[in-house]
Amino acid sequence: MDMEQYLDMFIEESKEHLQAINENLLRLEDAPGDTSIVNDIFRSAHTLKGMSATMGFEDMANLTHEMENVLDQVRNGKLTVQLGTMDTLFRCVDILESILYSIAQGGDGRHDVTAVVADLRRILSGDTIPGKTPDQSADPELTNIEFDDYEYTVMKQSLDSGYNAYQIETMVREDCVLKAARAYMVFDQLESCGEIIKAVPSVEELEEEKFDKTFQVVLLTKKPKEELEKIVMSVSEIESVLIHSIESIKQPLLEETKPVNAEGDDEIQVIEPKEQQQLEKATVQKKVASGKTIRVDIERLDILMNLFSELVIDRGRLEQLSRDSKNPALIETVEHMSRISGDLQNIILNMRMVPVEQVFNRFPRMVRDLAKDLNKKVNLYIEGAETELDRTVIDEIGDPLVHLLRNSIDHGLESPDERLKVGKEETGKVILKAYHSGNHVFIEVMDDGKGIDRQKILKKAKEKGIIQEHQATSMSDKQVYELLFASGLSTAEKITDVSGRGVGLDVVKTKIESLGGAVSVDSVPGQGTTFLIQLPLTLSIISAMLVEVEREKFAVPLSSIIETAVFRKDQIMRAHQQDVIDFRGRVVPLVSLKKIFHIPDSLDNKRDEISVVIVRKGDKMAGLVVDSFIGQQEIVLKSLGKYLVNVFAISGATILGDGQVALIIDCNTLIK
Amino acid sequence: MQSSLGEVAEEMKVIVFRLQDEEYGVEVEQVKSIERLEKITRVPRTPSFVKGVINLRGVVTPIIDLRERFGLGDSQHTDSTRIIIVTIGGLEVGLIVDSATDVIDVAIDAVEPPPCIVGGVEAVYLKGVAKLEKRLLILLNLNKVLDASEMQQLERIEGTVG
Repeated sequence: MDMEQYLDMFIEESKEHLQAINENLLRLEDAPGDTSIVNDIFRSAHTLKGMSATMGFEDMANLTHEMENVLDQVRNGKLTVQLGTMDTLFRCVDILESILYSIAQGGDGRHDVTAVVADLRRILSGDTIPGKTPDQSADPELTNIEFDDYEYTVMKQSLDSGYNAYQIETMVREDCVLKAARAYMVFDQLESCGEIIKAVPSVEELEEEKFDKTFQVVLLTKKPKEELEKIVMSVSEIESVLIHSIESIKQPLLEETKPVNAEGDDEIQVIEPKEQQQLEKATVQKKVASGKTIRVDIERLDILMNLFSELVIDRGRLEQLSRDSKNPALIETVEHMSRISGDLQNIILNMRMVPVEQVFNRFPRMVRDLAKDLNKKVNLYIEGAETELDRTVIDEIGDPLVHLLRNSIDHGLESPDERLKVGKEETGKVILKAYHSGNHVFIEVMDDGKGIDRQKILKKAKEKGIIQEHQATSMSDKQVYELLFASGLSTAEKITDVSGRGVGLDVVKTKIESLGGAVSVDSVPGQGTTFLIQLPLTLSIISAMLVEVEREKFAVPLSSIIETAVFRKDQIMRAHQQDVIDFRGRVVPLVSLKKIFHIPDSLDNKRDEISVVIVRKGDKMAGLVVDSFIGQQEIVLKSLGKYLVNVFAISGATILGDGQVALIIDCNTLIK
Repeated sequence: MQSSLGEVAEEMKVIVFRLQDEEYGVEVEQVKSIERLEKITRVPRTPSFVKGVINLRGVVTPIIDLRERFGLGDSQHTDSTRIIIVTIGGLEVGLIVDSATDVIDVAIDAVEPPPCIVGGVEAVYLKGVAKLEKRLLILLNLNKVLDASEMQQLERIEGTVG
């Protein structure tokens, strides 16, 4: 059978399943006892196994099969989730992702999975992953077992659901020949009546007989103490057994876990339930939607979009013709058609809209790994993941965001020690927030770290020759922060793995600007840094103001217009060889489109008023002097083609209702 | 057929057009369509031979005045003025010519390398000269005519002059 035709579908679906596994693993980390999550992961892994086996990607099928085995044991309660297990499962997902990536790149999907498969098998055999169990140097005397977060959570949940937790110390007889075998038998017996969540020394060490006479296990069970005692003692060559209920230390346990998950900050507590709700909502939606959606090739949507663009142009033309004709029936029909095509336009645009969730949902995992690498404690909060953006923008926005998040965690957040020293919570906060506003989508990356050090940036910038000595003192904080986006400037004191890739924030800026967006940064020393990204909703149809200069028509994107105004000639002032006007108390320089675009002058300058379009770039403004305003219109963005590249102050063209081409003014280049 | 002259193919179809008094030709494969002159939207700050852009069935297409491109002076637009839309390597450009007159077959072996100077058009823009029965046909090397990097150079020169 020819598999080629299914390849795209396979890749797409596998991506979704891997993403689901990733998300669910993260959820599982927070709630290790939740078997419904394990079930979800199992199902995804199972589907992946089936698909990859059908497609003939054996390594992938192999690995998912082993994962499935482990997950199966977990969901049947035969295995508890430990840190080592989580790490291994995450590693599996990484490997699967890299396999999938290589398949998508045209590879054969081969990958050496023996190491990780061996790890999975070891987990299956009840062993922990070497090196992952906490410090064993502690004296294995009773009551001195240290638990990690997972174990606490598991224990807490078990206790809540009516299980007992026992710490069982077993002492083998002095003359015992096969200590390891005895230990194994004790384990075996205990496992038959509950779950062993911990052993001191570790299982591995026990197997290698690296213990003296005693070993301890922590068991979750519903059986009474006495019965356990009997069970353990039924193994021969056992000297004695001591069983303590861990119930007595339940309270301190819970309190200790608290700082990890809870936040003192009110604001955050508001966010958390919201996020939870969204998660739930999202999963519900997915389930409902699965039967009622179809997958459409993005290229087909592009073609649809282009065809519709043609229609928008014709619509404009029809509107004009009907107005000129003054035929009421025609006017009415055209108006109706305009309304319908307006709705149609919204639908088509909406079809291309996807929630930023698609990009955002890969970040929790990334932040988790990054925090581990950097030995920092980070909580990532995501808000507004349902905010929608055009597919073309979504595809491009991931990398800049990765960069900003890395930047926040690496440079922004202090280490846990430093944070405690300055009186902050040990765990840093990074907030990723998306929201709509007008014709734009805003994305914020916020951290509560140490903020930006003005002096450090200035020093760096001077070293690199980006600014001169005398400039430094007169710059506002905002201007200094903007220097972060200058190329070649990195504020990292020492180059870390994470940031030392020779890429600076300038790449982020370039990328976002190429999407027609903007990025800015704000910071409060000691309290944190916020990056704000502004993005256009879509890249193909925009609202614009059409203006006329002499006989030439230009379109000014509405997104950069503050307002239009008419000034008397005597209101024009001069400053620095430059015409300026007073616009609501601000001095705004005038830009003559006629001069800039070398438009031939018809000397028809009798009017003593000038029409001005006030445009902005960031917080800077300029007034474009035009002859007249034509009006607001939806325009379809067209490129000038490959032959005319980098035309000054022109970002593209559009076709007007009368079939004429009008150029779109790029206000960003007109404002220095 | 787009390749070099030494190809096995013996004939090529050529669109013939006039610039001043000379006859020029481009291979038919490179021509997308021939259009009448429409209103051109000027694009500011481009070389003077770039007349602007037109709406070619929904595609914004740049228009070059071939006379000016070759330094033959301004075109006088008449009824017979045409725009030849050519596509080369993804570039789509319209060329203003005095008139488009004919489509003919040219035998490959009738094409000779360009002489140093033909009617003032620099030899680099030419692919060769075809000798027909009674006339000479100058075959254009469109790749060179539409070379964007050269255009940018020209733009810079004009920028400094203007």
